[in-house]
Amino acid sequence: MATLKLNGEERRIDGPDDMSLLWAVRDLAGLTGTKYGCGAGLCGACTVHVDGVAVRSCLTTLSEVAGKEVTTIEGLSETGDHPVQAAWRELNVPQCGFCQAGQIMQAASLLAATPNPTDQEILEEMEGNICRCGCYERIVAAVRHASTGI
Amino acid sequence: MLNYLQDARVIPAAPTAPARDVAIVNLSLDVSRRSFLAGAGGALTVAAFAGSAEAFIRYPTGGETMPHGLRTDPLTFVTLHGDGSVEIVAHRAEMGQGARTSLPMVLADEMGADWDQVSLRQAPGDEATYGNQDTDGSRSMRHHLQTMRQIGASIRHMLASAAAQKWEVEVSAVEVGVHEVKSGENTAGFGELAELAMRQPVPDFEALNFKDAADFRYIGTGDVSIYDIRDITTGKAIYGADVMLPGMKVAVIARPPVVGAEPTAFDSADAEEIPGVERIETLPSSIPPAKFAPLGGVAVIASNTDAAIKGRDALKVTWGDSPHASYNSEAYLAEMRETAKQPGQVLREEGDVDAAFAGAAKTVTRQYAQAHMVHATMEPPVAVAQVANGKAEIWAPVQSPYGARQDIAAALGMPVADVTVHMTLLGGGFGRKSKCDYAIEAALLSQKIGAPVKVQWTREDDIRHGFNHTTSVERIEAAVDADGKVVGWRHNSVAPSILSTFAPDSGHQFFIENGMGHIDVPFEIPNLRCENGKAMAHARIGWFRAVSNVPRAWAIQSFAAELAEELGKDQKEMLLELIGSDRKLDPPTQGFPENFWDYGEVYEEYPIDTARLKNVLNLAADKSGWGAEAPDGEGWGLAVHRSFVTYVATAAKVKIVDGQITVPEVHMAVDCGFAVNPERIRSQMEGAAVMGMTLALHSAITYEDGAVVQSNYHDYEMVRSTNFPQVVHTHIVEHPFSVHASGVGEPGVPPVAPAIANAVFNATGKRLRDLPFGESI
Repeated sequence: MATLKLNGEERRIDGPDDMSLLWAVRDLAGLTGTKYGCGAGLCGACTVHVDGVAVRSCLTTLSEVAGKEVTTIEGLSETGDHPVQAAWRELNVPQCGFCQAGQIMQAASLLAATPNPTDQEILEEMEGNICRCGCYERIVAAVRHASTGI
Repeated sequence: MLNYLQDARVIPAAPTAPARDVAIVNLSLDVSRRSFLAGAGGALTVAAFAGSAEAFIRYPTGGETMPHGLRTDPLTFVTLHGDGSVEIVAHRAEMGQGARTSLPMVLADEMGADWDQVSLRQAPGDEATYGNQDTDGSRSMRHHLQTMRQIGASIRHMLASAAAQKWEVEVSAVEVGVHEVKSGENTAGFGELAELAMRQPVPDFEALNFKDAADFRYIGTGDVSIYDIRDITTGKAIYGADVMLPGMKVAVIARPPVVGAEPTAFDSADAEEIPGVERIETLPSSIPPAKFAPLGGVAVIASNTDAAIKGRDALKVTWGDSPHASYNSEAYLAEMRETAKQPGQVLREEGDVDAAFAGAAKTVTRQYAQAHMVHATMEPPVAVAQVANGKAEIWAPVQSPYGARQDIAAALGMPVADVTVHMTLLGGGFGRKSKCDYAIEAALLSQKIGAPVKVQWTREDDIRHGFNHTTSVERIEAAVDADGKVVGWRHNSVAPSILSTFAPDSGHQFFIENGMGHIDVPFEIPNLRCENGKAMAHARIGWFRAVSNVPRAWAIQSFAAELAEELGKDQKEMLLELIGSDRKLDPPTQGFPENFWDYGEVYEEYPIDTARLKNVLNLAADKSGWGAEAPDGEGWGLAVHRSFVTYVATAAKVKIVDGQITVPEVHMAVDCGFAVNPERIRSQMEGAAVMGMTLALHSAITYEDGAVVQSNYHDYEMVRSTNFPQVVHTHIVEHPFSVHASGVGEPGVPPVAPAIANAVFNATGKRLRDLPFGESI
């Protein structure tokens, strides 16, 4: 069991301490925007923010986030119009869309820490997020777009 | 694919040419396939149009011959609401290719709807109502473009009729604009006319008129975002695992490491200790040919997914024997390399091949291989089932919702009528989700425990227990005469067949695999033989995006570049010489077998057209600046391939950076006939470049002692943001509607790997012949 701030709301989540944050968020809190892709920190589909920083929720346990602020894709922006989300829409990034919540959360974390990343910083930051459909070119362009408006 | 597999042992009659002198034909859907294919003398009638005849000249597609064919009832597909909103049914699966957006977009454009006022309803698996829903084979646009236009034109006609009735004017005096209907001083929105329009008789095809291309607002423009983009970017889009039912349990299954093995004993004590684990159930094993029957195993059923995964991982299962327990894929590949050297079954024979080789001034022989691959969709297989009170309801990401419904009904021992299959979005498909074993698992477990069940596959499950792309050896020999001209061609293709999943394995490929880049080789070589050597399957073989076209394009396009090198020619010039004159191949006179399969189409409608093939090759080459000197460590490569009746050429630039293969630039030239949604065509070409690079560098599923060695993305690697085709330029050949539209989901993939390998050769002088070839050179 853990009490945490989930998307801005104080929540008590009644699961075992070693439960992964991914399944706690999905199965117990009912927030299904965060996706399971590998369970091993290899694909980034499950990326959420813990205290504003991107982490792999599949490798994070519930007890590790007790008292912390967890943000999922559903809580990234109240209106759904975070600059990264808007850039994603403007550049028609997704194909199947399954990895995109993780990609967006990773990109938002990067831009929060580094508002004007270089291309190399974008490529390296996004390396942990796999897109099997192969939207990388648009993903990188959208991160750049969100950071510069260009 | 599925449909053809089920009919695989039935040799279809040679396609009959449709009448060429009938420009406008009525393909009304109650006309049976047989009478339709019989030609102009049968049920075909000449239709008259109010609009421009060029706007819509009907042509036949293989959609007619798919199970349940095509449907055109506007009342099935469109609901007009009083508030002006328009609901359109999306009846095909959406897996990233864009069909869920693109088909309704066509309908909306033709009917005059404003896309912003369109909402979509995803159809359940119900082919009697919606027509064929089996979403693979790059068929959605190819088969459904015309029906979507017909439905749109019907609704527009019904809106006009409603307005005419309301205003007491002639229909011909009514004009339907964008979400608005006018006649003289009268104007009404679609909402105002909705109820009356929906009560109008459905017009006959002959009464319809169609928009001219100049009047399209969405078709051909590429300005429509995918329908789900807001939900996708805000986490609201629903994929398979996102379906939650009250009282639902989650099952994770320990499946046999070797296909066909049964659990002889298991110890679930540790698993049952895990909080949340509720019960353990077994499922019967299956061994090919078992179609999509689950592999069987031991299921851990829990209150949540975390507990189910941990419980499954804590199971100790002892597995029995299987006839496939000695499968070692590397040794098997070596065997196939030997098989390929022996004559195989002759599939196509043209000219006198033996004489050509006997008289050759030079012969060139090469072998190309490919390892097994698995789809590794980002969303692993998952399904939710509720079986209760004699009914079954399934929610799943499936490519063939009606096929799944039939298979689930059979597995449950229930009539199809009592089974409902809801299609969620698919987090990637690539052919994996044509096979509904995971949905059958969920249904069987729900039936067993009397509660809703979600079966969640882990990534390890997905990598180890999939339906693999086959492994193959392609051996090609060319006979060259004294003038340096290629006068003989022998191509022996050796690969376990997909058919082994459906029927007792003969060790031979079947007509669909043969038609995917093997016997349809478009080269103008007078003496040509295509053969198939025997290879038995020892794993579940399925289809993977572009299927057999991947190894065939890999072999033929690599070989063409090797020939160029051997003969001192430019690679593009060599390819153009091999392709030869502008012509449409003539299968009956060119030694093709009777059962030649042109992607299920009437050949004359989608012939192998060398002019189009050369055109995309020239386009990709020109746009890439082909022929310019590349700096040290850089090189360009070309490949061109027709698959799924679409023509794609790739020009890839490779740059070797610290021994690593990087791909800074790719040009994809695509001719898919009339280009309906250029925006999604581009996204498919970009994605194909990435998947092509992944399979070229990384994709190998290997077997030791019958079990898959790889398990997750660390050892079944994907191209990532630090090394992907960084700039993909897509060049779309423009055509009017009269050049039949074809699909783009698969055809982008085959030419990518050989283009990259040819570029690596150009950059380094090193020739790569086995897929995957790794990222270092």
